[in-house]
Amino acid sequence: MQFKATIISNQEVSPGYFRMRITAHPELTGAQPGQFVMVRVRDAIDPLLRRPFGIFDVGTVPSEYPGCSSATYLEMLYKVVGKGTETLSTYHHGDHVDIIAPLGTGFDLGDPEEEKILVGGGVGIAPLYYLAKTLVGRSRVRFFLGGRTRDDILCVTEFERLGVETYVSTDDGTLGDRGLVTDVMERHVREDGRKKTIYACGPMPMLKAVAGIARQTGTSCQVSLEAYMACGMGACLGCVVKGRDHGDETPDYRCVCKDGPVFAFDQLMWV
Amino acid sequence: MKRPDLSVEIAGIKLRNPVMTASGTFGYGEEFAAYVNLEKIGAIITKGLSLKPKAGNPTPRIQETTGGMLNAIGLQNVGIDAFIEKKVPFLRTVNTPAIVNFFGNTVEEYAELAERLDKIPEVAGMEINISCPNVKHGGIVFGTEPKAAYSVVKAVREATIKPVIVKLSPNVTDIVEMAWACADAEADALSLINTLTGMAIDLKSRRPILANVTGGLSGPAVKPVALRMVWQVAKAVKIPVIGIGGIMSGTDALEFMLAGATAVQVGTANFLDPAASERIAAEMEQYLVNNGITDVKELIGALQV
Repeated sequence: MQFKATIISNQEVSPGYFRMRITAHPELTGAQPGQFVMVRVRDAIDPLLRRPFGIFDVGTVPSEYPGCSSATYLEMLYKVVGKGTETLSTYHHGDHVDIIAPLGTGFDLGDPEEEKILVGGGVGIAPLYYLAKTLVGRSRVRFFLGGRTRDDILCVTEFERLGVETYVSTDDGTLGDRGLVTDVMERHVREDGRKKTIYACGPMPMLKAVAGIARQTGTSCQVSLEAYMACGMGACLGCVVKGRDHGDETPDYRCVCKDGPVFAFDQLMWV
Repeated sequence: MKRPDLSVEIAGIKLRNPVMTASGTFGYGEEFAAYVNLEKIGAIITKGLSLKPKAGNPTPRIQETTGGMLNAIGLQNVGIDAFIEKKVPFLRTVNTPAIVNFFGNTVEEYAELAERLDKIPEVAGMEINISCPNVKHGGIVFGTEPKAAYSVVKAVREATIKPVIVKLSPNVTDIVEMAWACADAEADALSLINTLTGMAIDLKSRRPILANVTGGLSGPAVKPVALRMVWQVAKAVKIPVIGIGGIMSGTDALEFMLAGATAVQVGTANFLDPAASERIAAEMEQYLVNNGITDVKELIGALQV
């Protein structure tokens, strides 16, 4: 659905990373973890296109006014990378943005008996918070988050507050273990033979490494992809990725916006 | 006051208002059904169709530019068999004419597609794409040489009794010459413009941003070029002209009509505002009401130069 949202808060949580809370349509409480929103930053032609953001959180808060129904909110976690996010970062409480949501297909929550391994890199943790929130209480959840440096490690406290076991690693060792998040995650995946599902979101090299670990260990794995997109609803075909059956004679393109952004890792071509 | 008349007719296709959705920006209609009332727009023009499914170009395929966007999708589409099986049933449920955009690699392929589309009752008309800048074969060769354009349009004309619209490329020296060739081949209408060939460069990597190197520019940035070409062509031919290029508002659409367009197509605007086509039709109506104009047709070609 499309709606005008009012910004409730827009805070810089780490240098260059912002967390924005906006008012949302009550139906959004039914959004699945992994789905995304398209934000029209300004009612103007610059920036022209909407920007896609994973849903960081959705929830309701009691109204400030007695007798009034509770209010639905939606949160996005974003990194300032270009014109759209730069503009967004200047917005304050009371400003407005136009939203289309929820879009795409979300994570499959799988078998509650299985342990859930969440892996996030940098701002790629955005859709994993809402996922973690949905999973805790159902399954055991462990969360591995990584970044180049401590500034790229976001919202650890929020995950811990959910009761999720959290493991941090940075490339330069300024926070948590030194090294790649995927190395730390792999050790934990291999350490016991219990069935698990991996959920990952982050930069492509990280996702490739996660997919490799999933393949080697026979672990089920879902990845959430990022892509440039124009429409967000499967019409422009600008955001496609290669599916597992892709070849010169057998084209198999999948729309990140509509077929994804969440894919089972074995549905994609990783080379 | 009586509501103004927004209806127009293109080659026998009656449109409740002049706003259509441009091919390639609206999927097969279905994708946008949750966001726009399809029965409030003039016509749906579907994604460019070929005989066989087509994979399209490698990614990245799109890039935003100042006031516009570049795309090099490369005509990815489901092919005519899947179109008939999976897309036509939805179009059947919508009380709005569906015009099918299509392309081929050869004159024979264009004719074969026309022949097959001719048999589908849900297809109100056809738009021949001879103007996609993003594929080596399948359009642009036919769209830049008047003789080639003539032969394609003639072959399609002979293969169908349905209305035939030809979509022209702006990437030519003389668009009027192309328009004449299509009109001579008995096209029923012309639509223009398709995208302008452009490119975007990443300074950091010193590489083109699009995998295809160049792409087609669309959006508000191309509107002045499109207006000029619509004006030139509408003066030169007797068949109706459909204006396309950066239309974001009712005002934009009405400017195209003043320049000589009988109808318009909304493209890039669908991406940032999925209800753009419906809104633009409503804004046109409001303009007519505000200015005491009873029939939108009064504005066609009313530009005073």
